[in-house]
Amino acid sequence: MEPFTRVTAVAVPIDLPNIDTDRVIPARFLRKDRSVPEYSSFLFHDVRFTADGAERPDFILNQAPYRGARIVVAAENFGCGSSREAAVWALAANGFRSVIAPSLGDIFHQNCFKNGVLPVILPAEAAAGLRRQLHDRPGATLTVDLETQAVTAPDGAQHRFEVDAFRKEMLLTGRDEIGLTLGFETKIVEFEARHAREMAWAVPPRAST
Amino acid sequence: MFEKIWARHVVAEGPGGHVLLYIDRHLLHEGTTAAFGRLARRGRRVRRPDLSFATADHYLLTSPGLPTSDAETRGMVEALGRHTADQRILYFGVGDPRRGIVHVIGPEQGLTVPGITLVCGDSHTATHGAFGALAFGIGSSEVEHVLATQTLWQKKPLTMRISVDGRLGPGVNAKDVILAIIAKIGAGGGVRHAIEYAGSTIRSMSMDERMTVCNMSIEAGARAGMIAPDKTTFAYIEGRPLAPSGEAWRTALAEWKALPSDPGAVFDREAQLAASEIAPTVTWGTSPQDALPISARVPDPAAVADPGRRESMARALAYMGLEPGTPLSDVTVNRVFIGSCTNSRLDDLRAAARIAKGRRAVVPAWIVPGSGLIKRAAEAEGLDRVFMDAGFEWREAGCSMCVGMNGETAAAGERVASTSNRNFEGRQGKGARTHLMSPAMAAAAAVTGKLTDVRTLGT
Repeated sequence: MEPFTRVTAVAVPIDLPNIDTDRVIPARFLRKDRSVPEYSSFLFHDVRFTADGAERPDFILNQAPYRGARIVVAAENFGCGSSREAAVWALAANGFRSVIAPSLGDIFHQNCFKNGVLPVILPAEAAAGLRRQLHDRPGATLTVDLETQAVTAPDGAQHRFEVDAFRKEMLLTGRDEIGLTLGFETKIVEFEARHAREMAWAVPPRAST
Repeated sequence: MFEKIWARHVVAEGPGGHVLLYIDRHLLHEGTTAAFGRLARRGRRVRRPDLSFATADHYLLTSPGLPTSDAETRGMVEALGRHTADQRILYFGVGDPRRGIVHVIGPEQGLTVPGITLVCGDSHTATHGAFGALAFGIGSSEVEHVLATQTLWQKKPLTMRISVDGRLGPGVNAKDVILAIIAKIGAGGGVRHAIEYAGSTIRSMSMDERMTVCNMSIEAGARAGMIAPDKTTFAYIEGRPLAPSGEAWRTALAEWKALPSDPGAVFDREAQLAASEIAPTVTWGTSPQDALPISARVPDPAAVADPGRRESMARALAYMGLEPGTPLSDVTVNRVFIGSCTNSRLDDLRAAARIAKGRRAVVPAWIVPGSGLIKRAAEAEGLDRVFMDAGFEWREAGCSMCVGMNGETAAAGERVASTSNRNFEGRQGKGARTHLMSPAMAAAAAVTGKLTDVRTLGT
């Protein structure tokens, strides 16, 4: 996983609340391998392109100042709905490294951490303020600094954010989480032995196939 | 209850309140096969194949013989068969009558029991919480993590209790209850929380109904939703093929009876609803929170003060092709879908059949049972005849038009009365318009051709 330390980049405001992951990447693209060259076009596909594949000029990512955006500043509950990790993969395929919002869908929030994308939760007013500045100054940049846990707005204001110590460490180092957990093998074996004694009923009988 | 289950599954403590949580059950479907590939490429193995269970539900067409629409989706189903055979994971595949929607067959086989942790690469995994299990949906990376380690790094969520008390009126059921809950707390109301549903209305529900409620926890923002186990739960589980039996059953039962939250248990948040205030409900917009009683009218964005909310509503109404002020019961539909992990169980099919019986569907209407066994059981009761005589289409088990991944979608502009869980833009097909409702309400829409108060048809 690509580590995340600090990113300064153009940010794109997305104002509607409750943007679901079906909208981020429609279900018909979930069968596609991430390595296909057109993968980045699946992001927001049905609101970004017309039926014949042309860009919709009113969709914000198609507007010149926001084309190189690598940070999303969203509204409440962005990434709600389906667990599809492809929502994060599609964002990452377009170069996005951070999503800032007052709240995020829980599963989307977790999926971000696994793909080098930093989810940042800011108070609703702070997030709305950032979006206003990004509309007023299209193409303005933000800095998201994981080490100091702060977002620097276009107007220079700093917004502190909280991030779990565990997730912060994993993102800063880009460490393989499964590799880390495999290091806990002894603990897992001990737990399983105790669990098998104390909750023997929790292991289903071997089914006939 | 949540705390009791959580505490018994902590393998190790990590920094910042994260714990390594042990997973008792891992359910897989053909949409999660990519994780097997990544595991293999890194030379890792499945740690506990005996705790993983697989089925094919998302990508199979629900026409006879369960074909796939193209080589890509066929490849995904075949890959799941291959991986599960290689890893010796029990797989309910094509041709097995136990095959069905992953959240239907887990409980049906007795895999879902109180007190366990259960995960699946699907957001509707909270369904299993209806049994007093801690069950939540995970992403593809987490699927791979569970396959390799049988654990997940998790931060403890906050807790929220939603109490529903009183008797539901005629024609009102579990789907109306959960839609009313989501409308009340909002689509983001449960974010970062595990919900416990409580109260006399919930306690008087069957397991099928409880599963409908817990299923849509994610539509209220919560990854997990649960209900304390009781005699209804135990009666459902006893004797199922993969449930504990003999001595294990007796031990388990004693422990399960101690699982419900203690009387003085404290939750981070509480919400209450009165059953008497819940009516047959339909959604009008593109978020599950956009739900109103069928007797209401399409709301007017101009009457809303908050500019963000106003814009969202206007956009939803434009997508849905609805005018403010229109009575919901005047809205005509083009087709009907009865199925999905929310509403495809025997109770659901019976409720729809009661409305269909002796009437005639005036728009295409599909019945997609949740599993092969439910299909058989319904046929044994003659429900298939009721539906077919009424002009409904009786199909094979699967996710079908709830998510349309298999190619079963509605056309752009088509309006669907659907018992599924999401009315998002494009969910049932690009440009398709979804109204969520109960199976009885969907059957009523099928026979009238418009959104209909089921109470006017006699319940």
